[in-house]
Amino acid sequence: MTLFDIPTAALFGQLMLGLINGAFYALLSLGLAIIFGLLKVINFAHGAQYMLGAFVALLLARHFGIDYWTALVLVPVLVGLFGCLLERFLLRPIAHESHLYSLLLTFGLALIIQNLFTNLYGSSGNAYPTPEVFRGAVNLGFMHLPLYRGWVIVAALAVCFAAWFVIEKTRLGAYLRAGTENPKLMQGFGINIPFLITLTYGFGAALAAFAGVLAAPLYSVSPGMGANLLIVVFAVVVIGGMGSIVGAVLTGLAMGLIEGLTKVLYPQAATTVIFLVMVLVLLIKPNGLFGKEA
Amino acid sequence: MITAAGANAQISDNEIRIGYLADMSGAYRDLGGPGGLEALKMAVEDFGGQVNGAKIVLRSADDRNSPDVGANTTREWIDQGKVDMVAGLVSSAVTIAVTRILEDTNRLGLVSISASSAITNEYCTPNHIHWVYDTYAMANGTAKAIVKEGGDSWSILAADYAFGHAMEADVERTVLAAGGKVVGKARHPLASSDFSSYILQAQSSGAKVIGLANAAADTVNAITTAKQFGLTDSGQRLAGLMVFISDVHALGLEATQGMQLTTGWYWDQDEESRAWAKRFFERTQRMPTMVQAGIYSSTRHYLQAIKDTGSDEAQAVRKQMMATPVNDMFTRNGRIREDGRMVYDMKLVQVKTPAESSGEWDLYKIVRSIPGDEAFRPLSESKCKLVDTKLAAKS
Repeated sequence: MTLFDIPTAALFGQLMLGLINGAFYALLSLGLAIIFGLLKVINFAHGAQYMLGAFVALLLARHFGIDYWTALVLVPVLVGLFGCLLERFLLRPIAHESHLYSLLLTFGLALIIQNLFTNLYGSSGNAYPTPEVFRGAVNLGFMHLPLYRGWVIVAALAVCFAAWFVIEKTRLGAYLRAGTENPKLMQGFGINIPFLITLTYGFGAALAAFAGVLAAPLYSVSPGMGANLLIVVFAVVVIGGMGSIVGAVLTGLAMGLIEGLTKVLYPQAATTVIFLVMVLVLLIKPNGLFGKEA
Repeated sequence: MITAAGANAQISDNEIRIGYLADMSGAYRDLGGPGGLEALKMAVEDFGGQVNGAKIVLRSADDRNSPDVGANTTREWIDQGKVDMVAGLVSSAVTIAVTRILEDTNRLGLVSISASSAITNEYCTPNHIHWVYDTYAMANGTAKAIVKEGGDSWSILAADYAFGHAMEADVERTVLAAGGKVVGKARHPLASSDFSSYILQAQSSGAKVIGLANAAADTVNAITTAKQFGLTDSGQRLAGLMVFISDVHALGLEATQGMQLTTGWYWDQDEESRAWAKRFFERTQRMPTMVQAGIYSSTRHYLQAIKDTGSDEAQAVRKQMMATPVNDMFTRNGRIREDGRMVYDMKLVQVKTPAESSGEWDLYKIVRSIPGDEAFRPLSESKCKLVDTKLAAKS
């Protein structure tokens, strides 16, 4: 069967893969958007934190025999704590300076972390075993979907939804949103804003680490894995609207699908199409698809 | 100067200055990288750090796989550091840029990591020698063997830059010459993380063999993904055309067992290679790749030529290196042709099963040796300016 001269099996297959990539884009851009929303920090260390997630899971498995499921919970906590320390001792002292300082700081940190791991573990990557229950594939008719990839979509969307729920529907989330709008007033109400900021950065880092653990069995765990992805994720955040949480998630998924579609229609443009969309969005709606008017 | 007339028969500045230029931090770090520098140091140490009383001085730099960075570093090394020889040389694009400078300034380059066979073909110079492997030999060794075994329809997945293009062309030529056909081709950007869509395309192409014309981290990722999508379970097979021991080590035997590949050198090939690899392992905690062994071998051959001629002038050394067969832990009876290609016997190997392997680095069994004249591009097909093709065709 064909649709517009394209075999439907190939089309659905690529769309499915696009959805999986989109789930990663969504998770990562969500963390970036949350951090930008409250801290106004453009977190260039996000890719490194994603890589850290995968690496810490690998090292925990290798040296302490800690399995995938424990790692999925433990690793985001560890990397989240690391994020809290970064915020408290490195980002806070320069918080009153121009945004450029925090951008350069996080960029420098990303390079240091990435090269440290390259030095210690080499660049060719390490295999992380797929958890037992997700070995094998399911036949969807148009493609063989490895079970683990199906799980990635479910897990990523569940976490995205949970994050959205916390931020939009709970009291903690209300503090967060209010803190974004008017930190001085909130401080006046007795809310500990500096603590909230540290927590937020830690949470963003934890989300990146969660994505990293999810990615570990899919790709080889290598120090460069985050850097490759980060630029695309930044484009996603810009398209969605800096700081918009719903925008980040929906745009992440949509961009995955568009990329998948491009791979069928015109494969050469697959790596460029997201940036093309970014340019168009910036021209037509400079604040992003879901961004508030300035 | 009284000795000016005899300038050719002495060592300039009474020092032999070697620069090691390689990817020290990127995707190709594990092939050569810091380990390659260690291998270079081993060669220098084996000469006691000096040749005929002239001290050997080493320096190194990270070219970050950028032709600009590589070319600028080389210029600075030669202009200010009076460097005599440049070793390492990873990305084919960097090598082509650097060897052009070496030709202009009459220094020597020993290329041990680059793959493109164009380096001793259209881009040959009288100032460099290509050691270890090239795309012609790798494609020739692996692809021919697989077509012979019945893997006669191919889909090729190539890295989208100079090396991948060269490999794609060399594979296609080999497959067609062996009576096979190429049913699909796709190209991916260097250092991709997501290979699933390419694997899906290859899966639906109906090809019996999926040829991977990429290297290092890209190969590792492609193989991991193919495994997840059950490519090999559905009767198709993967052919890594440029696979290093560091890749197999990273992937593990479970994922790579049974795979056939071509290698220039394997640490467990004979007594001498084992002894050398053991020394290397003690210093780096990793077994050497064929590239790192090649860096040692080529540097040793270079220093020996200086010792024999008493000169470090590029043409005198190159002539001596060509006149002497290479006999060391790397190979027996290797010889350097006029196009700069070091021709020697390559090996077709098969990755062991977990049951066959007795240790972390016990990864290959040698299937057969591929004679040098069969492995590398014959001079009669050469486009190198240094080769008299009419003469080569007759011989």
